[in-house]
Amino acid sequence: MRTIGIMNRVLKELFRDKRTLALMFLAPILIMLLMSVIFNTNSSTDVSIGTISVSHKLNQQMADIKHVTVKTYDTKSAAKKALKNEKIDAIVKKNGSNYSLTYANTDSTKTATVKLAFKNALTATSINQLKSALTKSTKATVKLQAQLQAIQKQQAAATASAKAGSAATAAQQATSTKATSTTMATKSTSQKTPKITNHYVYGDKDTGYFAKMLPILMGFFVFFFVFLISGMALLKERTTGTLDRLLATPVKRSSIVFGYMLSYGVLAVIQTILIVLVTVWLLGIEVVGNMASVIVINLILALVALAFGILLSTFANSEFQMMQFIPLVIVPQVFFSGIIPLDSMAAWVKDISYIIPIKYAGDAVTDIIMRGTSIWHLGFDIGILLIFLVVLTVLNIVGLKRYRKV
Amino acid sequence: MSQAIIDLQHLAKKFGNQTVLKDINLTVNPGEIVGLIGPSGAGKSTVIKVTLGMEVTSGGSAKVFGTVMPNRQLLGRIGYMAQTDALYDTLTGRENLKFYGLMKGIAKADMTREVDYVAKVVDLTADLNKRVSGYSGGMMRRLSLAIALLGKPDLLILDEPTVGIDPALRRQIWAELGRIRDEGRSILITTHVMDEAELCGRVALLLDGKVMAFDAPAALEQQYQVKTIEDVFLKAEGVE
Repeated sequence: MRTIGIMNRVLKELFRDKRTLALMFLAPILIMLLMSVIFNTNSSTDVSIGTISVSHKLNQQMADIKHVTVKTYDTKSAAKKALKNEKIDAIVKKNGSNYSLTYANTDSTKTATVKLAFKNALTATSINQLKSALTKSTKATVKLQAQLQAIQKQQAAATASAKAGSAATAAQQATSTKATSTTMATKSTSQKTPKITNHYVYGDKDTGYFAKMLPILMGFFVFFFVFLISGMALLKERTTGTLDRLLATPVKRSSIVFGYMLSYGVLAVIQTILIVLVTVWLLGIEVVGNMASVIVINLILALVALAFGILLSTFANSEFQMMQFIPLVIVPQVFFSGIIPLDSMAAWVKDISYIIPIKYAGDAVTDIIMRGTSIWHLGFDIGILLIFLVVLTVLNIVGLKRYRKV
Repeated sequence: MSQAIIDLQHLAKKFGNQTVLKDINLTVNPGEIVGLIGPSGAGKSTVIKVTLGMEVTSGGSAKVFGTVMPNRQLLGRIGYMAQTDALYDTLTGRENLKFYGLMKGIAKADMTREVDYVAKVVDLTADLNKRVSGYSGGMMRRLSLAIALLGKPDLLILDEPTVGIDPALRRQIWAELGRIRDEGRSILITTHVMDEAELCGRVALLLDGKVMAFDAPAALEQQYQVKTIEDVFLKAEGVE
């Protein structure tokens, strides 16, 4: 009864503080929108690809793709110079039947665009070739047997010539894209794609992982705002004396903590729903799994953040001191949440991530959003979050003894 | 005289190494207003905190309604008003009263009547639906007092209730406190205003963590051979 009373009061206070509400609900949307604008604009960015000894057909295919221009170069050094001067964003070089791609990679979205364009062009080229080969082969159905034998001979010859032609490259994989060998590939089912080697002038293939960041980012927003606002709310309650006065009534200490949890739980649910909707609609991120599961995980995370905020607020004497927890508590959460890949870190650094609540929520939400994992299979992450929640809640209830001894 | 409502015996309180209260003997009887006076830092607020059970005693005993404090259930029978107003700014006066009423355990059916009654006592009926953030300092103080009066508590503990309240209203509040006393309820009040101390049934003079003197105002004035409580206060401090 009193718990509900406290919940109602906290909610009433919150919903009358329009600015704080705006911070909670509009700030994440604003940031997400900004990200969406920035990332989406970049993904339709214009790229120019320099090619060296690439077939005319492939060049044509690439040039036909929107936002892609193709420049042909005769020598590697000329292309490299252009890459360095930012005239082109990538070089496609054909070595025998293999392709070597070099990306400037100063902009991960450009790299992704080039990759995609090249792949599409290559597929389109080979499909065209397959088509023509298919028509050819259907015409020659009767002579199929004979042709097959001829082709097999041809294949042997092609392999041999490729071996002789470029010793340095992986010759055993060389075949296919040439018209002659593709015809063969349709029949002999052992089609081999040309080997594509990627080179990056800057960074590596993991430079852009916005999609990976998003589920974690979602949890971060929930954690950050609930932590800060609930911490501030209890701090205010303490400094204005309302906490003392509240404790001078027969209210149970646990009722105060649970009342806060309920009210901020309600708030966190609204915030999470909003963030999920923004993510799905504005950013066009595909949620493979159940959206309700995403909300449940974020709700638990919000409660952990709440308990954490309340606990830490007892160590702060002013709003400014509460703000000082941001670099101490919030920023490390970002570092160890998984936004930055943990695999590359030293083992002892990695161990720190085990005490970071956002990591577990991030892992769970990533599984739900990207792999469609059912919430029932995320028992470990949820369990750890619940342990955080129970421990922090108990600490809070006991901690209120500082202000009243019973 | 029946059992004392507040009964503090040889009460001591230490915070770490700092001794705030040394030896407090204080009783508040039913139907009595007891004033607690003393310079800043004498330990008045600490006496109140121990009485409410916010702090535990380091020595001696603190009993309220014959029960050793701290005791959570007893808090429902005590009306407390702190030095700070302790109000929720974004809520209206009525919402503040209702919230604290709920926390005190006032039944829903009685709530409206209780709220209207205490609002009338402190003359806030007209402003009850305004938000507290729009209140003047005096109005906040009155609302704070109204909260303490909620639920007709048997014991009122008021920490400087009349600071920032104009003389007319102060007289009104004291008249109300007199009525409460006449109903057989008890009041423990701290004050800096010495003419208010004259209105108390008995006055405890707190100095250096000890009760220097505890008697009716007139008896104290006689004891110190002065005319007013203010002089008692000054003399006691001077003697120390």
